[in-house]
Amino acid sequence: MTLRLADVKIGTEVPARAFRITRGDLVRYAGASGDFNLIHWNERVAHEVGLPDVIAHGMYTMALAVQVVTDWAGDPGAVLNYSVRMSRPVVVPDDEVGATLEIAGLVAAINEDGTVRVDLTATCAGVSVLARPQVTLRLRSA
Amino acid sequence: MSSVNPELVGREWPLPTTYLVGREKVREFAAAIGERSPACHDPAAARGFGYPDVVAPVTFPVVITGPELDRLLADPAINVPLHRVLHGEQRFEYSRPIVAGDELSVVSRLTAVRSMAGNDFLTIAAEMSDAEGAHVVTATAVIVLRPEVGE
Repeated sequence: MTLRLADVKIGTEVPARAFRITRGDLVRYAGASGDFNLIHWNERVAHEVGLPDVIAHGMYTMALAVQVVTDWAGDPGAVLNYSVRMSRPVVVPDDEVGATLEIAGLVAAINEDGTVRVDLTATCAGVSVLARPQVTLRLRSA
Repeated sequence: MSSVNPELVGREWPLPTTYLVGREKVREFAAAIGERSPACHDPAAARGFGYPDVVAPVTFPVVITGPELDRLLADPAINVPLHRVLHGEQRFEYSRPIVAGDELSVVSRLTAVRSMAGNDFLTIAAEMSDAEGAHVVTATAVIVLRPEVGE
């Protein structure tokens, strides 16, 4: 079902979602994205550069977060702009549980050109991992 | 004093060949991020959404910009060791979604060099356009260079 512009107003909540991230997910993302930086899969190297453990790719976190918006809109091609600042790393332990990324969002603006801005929050263990994640998208008008 | 010469701002690193967006690469990337929309996997479903072929997820341009960034940082003019690099910010600005079959020309441009609190910040904007020369997306990264120990 594709969301229409008439369905949203300022303050409309985007359905929140929790993503579980395991080491296996990071290996798969490394392969698909071509980002083989060792800190995303090698604990020894992560420790050597002063990290508590292996961390998720910032771009993987960014890729997961925007899905609450594209799922809500019902169209993965609806996004015009998407920006984030990486504020904290998502630490992914080597166990079955991994890390849990929690994403929520709400409509912050409806622009004159009919585009909609959604402001997200992204937290892991209660700590913000992306600063000011914002998505601007175009919803179908009819 | 920045370890990267600010006079390099404006320099361009064009991708030597075009990047042909493959349907299976789009599917592979979508699967890796858990994106299950049929528009990213099934060409018939994508056509139902009004797209000519499967749609690449929003952050798909990193498949292209990741290796390009490594190439730029290794350029003798920049010469930044990768262990000093942190990804600070990322932005995507689309004119239209990327779809399988797109043949993208890519130009990466160093657009800013700043120094703040002992860290250097490089802004690199990768502009992607299609075979007709129309803008598709600009992917902009802010890269943080941490100081070398003892610097």
